[in-house]
Amino acid sequence: MAAAAEGRDDMLDVRNVVKRQGPRETVKDVSLSLRAGERMALLGHNGAGKTTLIRMILGLTRIDGGSISVFGNRPGDGKARRITSYLPESVVFHKSLSGREQLVLFARLAGQPVDGCMPLLERVGLAEAAHRRVGTYSKGMRQRLGLAQVLLGRPRLALLDEPTSGLDPISRHDFYGIVDDMAAQGTAVLVSSHALTELEARTDRIAILRTGRLVAMDSLENLRRRAGLPIRIRVKAAEGHAAEVAGALGGNRMNGCRVELSCLADQKMARLKAITALGDAVADVDLVPPSLEDLYRYYAAGEAGS
Amino acid sequence: MMRRIFAIAGAELRIALRNRWILIATSLMVLFSLALTFAGAAPTGALGVDLLTVSVASMTTLSVYLVPLLALLMSFDAIAGEVERGALALVLTYPVSRGELLLGKLVSHLVVLSLAVFLGFGIAGLAAWLAGGVGGESLAALLRLCWSAVVLGASFLAIGYALSATARSSSAAAGLAIGVWILFVVLYDLGLLGALVYDGGGFFTRKLFPLLLAANPADAFRIFNLSGAGKVALASGLAGATNGLPGWAVLLSMFGWPPAVLALARLALKRVEP
Repeated sequence: MAAAAEGRDDMLDVRNVVKRQGPRETVKDVSLSLRAGERMALLGHNGAGKTTLIRMILGLTRIDGGSISVFGNRPGDGKARRITSYLPESVVFHKSLSGREQLVLFARLAGQPVDGCMPLLERVGLAEAAHRRVGTYSKGMRQRLGLAQVLLGRPRLALLDEPTSGLDPISRHDFYGIVDDMAAQGTAVLVSSHALTELEARTDRIAILRTGRLVAMDSLENLRRRAGLPIRIRVKAAEGHAAEVAGALGGNRMNGCRVELSCLADQKMARLKAITALGDAVADVDLVPPSLEDLYRYYAAGEAGS
Repeated sequence: MMRRIFAIAGAELRIALRNRWILIATSLMVLFSLALTFAGAAPTGALGVDLLTVSVASMTTLSVYLVPLLALLMSFDAIAGEVERGALALVLTYPVSRGELLLGKLVSHLVVLSLAVFLGFGIAGLAAWLAGGVGGESLAALLRLCWSAVVLGASFLAIGYALSATARSSSAAAGLAIGVWILFVVLYDLGLLGALVYDGGGFFTRKLFPLLLAANPADAFRIFNLSGAGKVALASGLAGATNGLPGWAVLLSMFGWPPAVLALARLALKRVEP
């Protein structure tokens, strides 16, 4: 079991990697690994080191410490490049080429059959625009073209750098649909983003970088549990009972009839019992679990205390 | 390897066609060549050579300026521009080497340059033929001019790539390219001329000057075309300046520059972090 979880089984193995830019360490002792078919969200603010980490995995930027293995190959090796695909943060394709011509060029460079290009363009929703010049494309369309080249030749590792920034919600949703399909076919997918939304939360694991250091890497449930963020309970008192409710439960009285409480997950049931014990004095109760944004802020902004 | 080089060359050619580079370069060469051919119609009688001979001499002088300029304009953006657009980073995640990328661009740019040169000079030759001013010798001189202009272009394409891989930005590369152009086709000759006047027919004039002249690819091209064929030399008056210059020096300069500078460009490209 332990042997299978280590070494060759990992599509990507990043160990204690360090990157220095001048005297500053922009990536500090980061270790992570990805198995085939696993989706990981790499989160962090701008400048947290996400792009640098991805560029090191691609072999575009030198590593100053630690090691990276892409299915047993050094980053940037011929073999590593053949099995890896990449979507840069802002793809700027040549504006004079059509979408299809651009994709055909990539297919030729990758040694893939050219007749696979049109089906890929259809899959990302660019069939209509395939013969138009990229110069006429919107940002979303360029991003789709970028995604089409990621899909060329079924990569075993896909690195997507902020793929959904600037996309509308429907495109973002479609985008993650394609990510799920890739993972289902066994591709290990690393998606970076500067926010934690429901879409990023759908990945298998979430890694969070803060100023170059990996501060969390786990499933969403475990991250939630570890953060121990309070649940907010909003109690609406029946008319004339606000003072009584606030007195019995403590908490903040918000206005004439509302009282807001907060508690940790394990105290939730006890608090609810106390609330229901008040009987008709309580008109309504709302439970607000910590939002993804709260959770993200907790880790990424260092509210855990750094 | 060849397949990837041609894939890049094909895409680059398409881009050159779409952004009108092919059209601009070719029409520039055609226009200048035609103008020179007919402007040269006047002195033919006095020298006893045909129209095309005079025209080749004029077109050689034109090429010394125009071909390096065209080559540098095509190449200065080749690396720096791609780095700026972020395109190089993406391309280099594909299994294509930096050398293949460079060769692909070189192939496409050489095609564009050949098209401009052969069409431009070819049309001038055709015009001279229609005017009845073409002989076997002048036709050979024209052909020689055509292919040596492409070799000259290759030198400056390679210089442009080297600058583009060294410069931090596309605009810096453009500035460097202009500087290199002025240095090679204007200042270098002026400097040599100044030294010649100062030296007054001494060791420098007799031994060093011809070699230094041949060392510049633009001057080597000029010597190759103007002192080679007897009658063209007569029409240009350059023959005297290069007496005592071994023939291999010119050829070495012409054919040595492109691979040597291309190797430098490859080294510079290796150090580029896209």
